[in-house]
Amino acid sequence: MDNQTVLERLKTRFADAFVESREFRGELTVVVPKDRIVEVCSFLKNDADLAYEFLSDLCGIDMYTPEKRFGVIYNLLSLKNRHRLRIKTFVEEENPKVQTITGIWGTANAHERETYDMFGIIFVGHPDLRRMYMPDDFEYHPLRKDFPLMGIPGSLPLPKK
Amino acid sequence: MGLDKALGDSFLTTKVEDAINWCRKNSLWPMPMGISCCAIEMMAFAGPRFDASRFGSEVLRFSPRQSDVMLVAGTTTYKMAKVVRKIYDQMPEPKWVIAMGACTSSGGMYRTYSVVQGIDLFLPVDVYVAGCPPRPDNLLNALMLLQRKVQKGECRGTVPSYIGDFHSSQPVTATT
Amino acid sequence: METNADEVTPRSRILQALEDQDTSASFLDPLESEMILNMGPQHPATHGVLRLLVKLDGETVVGCVPELGYLHRGYEKLAENCTYHEFIPHTDRLDYISPLSNNTAYSLAVEKLLGIEAPLRAQFIRTIISELARISSHLLFLGSLAMDVGALTVWMWSFREREKLYDIFENLVGARFTTSYTRIGGIAQDMTPAVVAMIEEFIAALAGKLEECEKLLNRNRIFIGRCDGVGVLTREQAIDLGVTGPTLRASGVNHDLRRTLPYLIYDQFDFDVPMFEGGDSLARYYQRMAEMKESIKIVRQALDKIPNGPIHAFKPHNVLPRKHEVYTRMEELIHDFMLINFGIDPPDGEIYSSIEAPKGELGFYIMSKKGDGHPWRFKIRSPSFVNIHALPTMLKGAMISDVVAIIGSIDPVMGEADK
Repeated sequence: MDNQTVLERLKTRFADAFVESREFRGELTVVVPKDRIVEVCSFLKNDADLAYEFLSDLCGIDMYTPEKRFGVIYNLLSLKNRHRLRIKTFVEEENPKVQTITGIWGTANAHERETYDMFGIIFVGHPDLRRMYMPDDFEYHPLRKDFPLMGIPGSLPLPKK
Repeated sequence: MGLDKALGDSFLTTKVEDAINWCRKNSLWPMPMGISCCAIEMMAFAGPRFDASRFGSEVLRFSPRQSDVMLVAGTTTYKMAKVVRKIYDQMPEPKWVIAMGACTSSGGMYRTYSVVQGIDLFLPVDVYVAGCPPRPDNLLNALMLLQRKVQKGECRGTVPSYIGDFHSSQPVTATT
Repeated sequence: METNADEVTPRSRILQALEDQDTSASFLDPLESEMILNMGPQHPATHGVLRLLVKLDGETVVGCVPELGYLHRGYEKLAENCTYHEFIPHTDRLDYISPLSNNTAYSLAVEKLLGIEAPLRAQFIRTIISELARISSHLLFLGSLAMDVGALTVWMWSFREREKLYDIFENLVGARFTTSYTRIGGIAQDMTPAVVAMIEEFIAALAGKLEECEKLLNRNRIFIGRCDGVGVLTREQAIDLGVTGPTLRASGVNHDLRRTLPYLIYDQFDFDVPMFEGGDSLARYYQRMAEMKESIKIVRQALDKIPNGPIHAFKPHNVLPRKHEVYTRMEELIHDFMLINFGIDPPDGEIYSSIEAPKGELGFYIMSKKGDGHPWRFKIRSPSFVNIHALPTMLKGAMISDVVAIIGSIDPVMGEADK
């Protein structure tokens, strides 16, 4: 199972949902539109040949472009074929909503909460979408490019001396 | 306390004061607030090679009510600062604080949005230990410096009303 | 629980006396309701600042919510503001029990992005230090698990062995613990014959020391009673929850990145990947003890086969030149200046690179833009983060005193879980 085979399978199955693909340093990256993400992921997991049963990582990214600002990146691993695949999907800044894939891989629960905390991307259908690292009443999303590294003074309370 | 008022500042009270301070300094029970990497060196400090119990720190009690000195070891974030302060408030007086490592002294190598740039922003610190992480021998040195401070009767925290006046290095009026 | 209006008990009489037309009283019977217990961030046995909110029905755990973030230091944002070389000391503090392993993972990731490969001697040395870091981490696991269930002696013994490892690291690198040893394209300094002798001596004695600890624990009724059947994670649950490392292999899944997707030179060595079927805390303990013995084998083989040669790749735009060349030659001085001030010169692209760290799969997802010395996005896939979120599944039905044994058997490290 190599990159070409996986790409062919995806292209034949999702001919209309294909945006682009790229191969870099031996890894295949596929971009899909955000409304087809659940379909693509469940196909990748349940297909007997491809069998991407392991979700290694799920992260967000802030491209800082005027359209399609945020992205969600899924890094998959197939234990049977010993193959890695990356799926990317992009959302706009005004409506940063993606369907959750917690139903497909249980580990996405934690990763999606972290992505929500860091970027503000809302996962529709997530059982428990709340902040992971920052306190619950923190108003900003730290990993966005417009949030300064030193933070905003006064955004986090400090006990009195 | 009563003895102070009854006898006043005399030879007897100073000797009793010295004796009590000597007892205190030789049995400083640390409260290990081990947060991150410095906690591993703190464990080594209590471990078999750099034995802290020969200096009197026999037990590392995780209960604040039973300890004298709080060893803050590790990066303190804003979320954790509330917890550290709560634990500090629960310690009985007299109490001291050793800020272990660069992260507690000044924020360390993390100049980010979630790290408190030094625990002295919300805790009165007695001894700062440099290092990232400081070697256990450095921490033993800090413990010995603290012992010298205790013998002299200095305490950066609140001024307790005990036998003898604890000289605070902050300008605070002592209550009698 | 509301009292039944028909039965007349002393409690209901009191309630009746208290009630009048304005007041109504009801008491929650504490023995009939569920309690939420907070095993707070400051706790002797939560392996760092992990907060667990545990819902209890008597002594049995009904549900649990781990709360992280008490050590969130902002690594990913920091990485976007540091050059690739400046970030190497930060990688030490991720899994702070085995810093050499994280250094290796990071260097491998950046080298994959740049498309360069370290020379063979550097790869051998990186393998040796990764395995020593694995031994160091598993020794701490042994000590912590034993201490959490009550066997304090084992903690002292494992720390004694770790002190010997610290001596080796100090002779090799200069620091006991936060080493920052690997560089992009190689390693910082070479391994001297004195260090090789120390490692050989340590490895020769380790098997005997492990046997001593096993004698105390393996047939100990109390240890087995506290760990057997506790915190079971089935095979399907483990894969679904994304658990990796010894926790996964103790649940019957034969997945080790050193075999599945080999990196460094692991395909040249002859070692087994132990696997146990139980999925409980005892299986995880056996798993890590067996892994330590395999690591000893790997280090021995590596020390036999290690070649002589350079320890830096020759790629002037990306690899830091040697100091003696920087001080004497013009080109190296310029390259050094450019690398320190502006960083390396990566292409436009993204990679995901992972290694088999002692805790599980430690992965770095790096996205870079052409010519920019700072990464655009740097994501750390930490094994402890995912393993901790498998706790609610593992704790269902366990007793509250098992919580400590289960957390100890997963062996989480909050430095990497909170990033």
